[in-house]
Amino acid sequence: MRTIRIGSGAGYSGDRIEPAVELVEKGDIQYLIFECLAERTIAIAQQAKMKDPNAGYDGLLTQRMEAVLLRCKEKGIKIITNMGAANPIAGAQKIKEIAQQLGISGLKIAAVTGDDVVDVVRDGDYTILETGEKLSTIKDNIVSANAYLGTRPIVEALRGGADVIITGRVADPALFMAPLLYEFNWSEENWDIMGQGTVIGHLLECAGQITGGYFADPGYKDVQGLARLGFPIAQVQEDGTFVITKVPGSGGKVTLATCKEQLLYEIHNPAAYITPDVVADFTGVHFTEVGENEIKVTGGKGQPKTEFLKASIGYVDSYMGEGQISYAGPGAVNRGKLALEIVEERLKLIGVQYQELKLDLIGIDSLHGSNLSKSEHEPYEVRARVTGRTQNMKEAIRIGNEVETLYTNGPAGGGGATKSAKQVVAMVSALVPRSLINYKLHYEVI
Amino acid sequence: MKLRELAHSRTGDKGNISNISVIAHDPAQYPILEKYVTAEIVKEFFAEIVKGDVIRYTLPSIGALNFVLYSALGGGVTRTLSLDAHGKGLSSALMNLEIPLEE
Repeated sequence: MRTIRIGSGAGYSGDRIEPAVELVEKGDIQYLIFECLAERTIAIAQQAKMKDPNAGYDGLLTQRMEAVLLRCKEKGIKIITNMGAANPIAGAQKIKEIAQQLGISGLKIAAVTGDDVVDVVRDGDYTILETGEKLSTIKDNIVSANAYLGTRPIVEALRGGADVIITGRVADPALFMAPLLYEFNWSEENWDIMGQGTVIGHLLECAGQITGGYFADPGYKDVQGLARLGFPIAQVQEDGTFVITKVPGSGGKVTLATCKEQLLYEIHNPAAYITPDVVADFTGVHFTEVGENEIKVTGGKGQPKTEFLKASIGYVDSYMGEGQISYAGPGAVNRGKLALEIVEERLKLIGVQYQELKLDLIGIDSLHGSNLSKSEHEPYEVRARVTGRTQNMKEAIRIGNEVETLYTNGPAGGGGATKSAKQVVAMVSALVPRSLINYKLHYEVI
Repeated sequence: MKLRELAHSRTGDKGNISNISVIAHDPAQYPILEKYVTAEIVKEFFAEIVKGDVIRYTLPSIGALNFVLYSALGGGVTRTLSLDAHGKGLSSALMNLEIPLEE
């Protein structure tokens, strides 16, 4: 029986690179997928592109391609990635340049564009899904708007003979499903197979999160070899049944428990996971252990896709200033509390304009508030953290400064002060009619 | 008994919404989770953090519950002032939930 093996080479833009190399060398894969585009990444990339028209693709594109491109070409492994971020064409040109440096010839690179819908979003005053307000309320601050494309442009690029496909915003599962549609000629209106394909993509898209990453809890859920974690492989049959596994001897593990955790990761209604290609139903998914580090997955289903595509819109929301300082030894908590009080008073005294202020004691209550964090034991050390939202960078900087001045003006023994200030590019989403969005393919050939 | 003895959990985030899976270590114990870990209990547990509704979805086929917590991430992952912007640690917090069963 013919199977296709797909490897997941990255679960986010900054992910480890050696596991992808391991997949290429020892994974016996036909496709290597790099999913590197978090919600906000593309908005930041768009800002970079506005400064430099040749920028705007993933910062690790060069490093990743230098690590795998030659061997992928030699072994006939096709690469699909969303590392194009805000500038897939510049990304494709960069890959071509790297291929030339590596002495590769006969390589076809496809760039997928058309996800950029800034003009569409500016013309139509769509409703912000998160707030119910109209997009016109943030119109002047919009820096990016990208629709989640589906499998279609990638499938077309594969049919066009592409060896490497680089996209901007594409639904993460689509990166993994597209080669299956291409290889097995799945109908994109066979909703159940598209639902099962979505399960494959969803389980693989966070790479190490299904092979034991983001899972270990010593004594309860032990995982060996996280420093050399192996990334996942899906071995897929024509009917969509697949086995999740990893390179033998690599770190981590693939078990029923790791698969279940990843199935529900970032899922709301498991009976209706909306993607550009299908509304997937995960409620009938069944996992079976068929070998060590081998989990068979069946039962994904689907309903017809909707008439809309989700667009993710980045806008300049505010600025954020932060400062931290540590206290240790007897009375550390009280000195930390005093530090927070002093900074709060100082900010008022010198008239720092902020819209929101958060005062935390790291080690006490910074993560989950005071109720859930209640403890009879006083920790040996605490770290005071002050964060505020402002309307400009100048005010944001003043917040961290007031934490730093605790060195010589605050409680005894404060150490390790740090400060930072940044622009906050926030994301909202809106539904845009499918009919307004058209993808394009651009090829680079050497 | 703490929930940690019966189940494991993972948190995901989307905008200002958090989801927390609660998965039985032993699928035979799933009915206990379904009985005791209700949306109301989870909402009350996270009262200080979650400002919106809590909805529970059940997946008996894999012995799991999925909780969706609205207005749970301090205004959203991309703008919150929280140290853990994604709320990654919320699943660990929930493992401390007391289940009224003998050890």
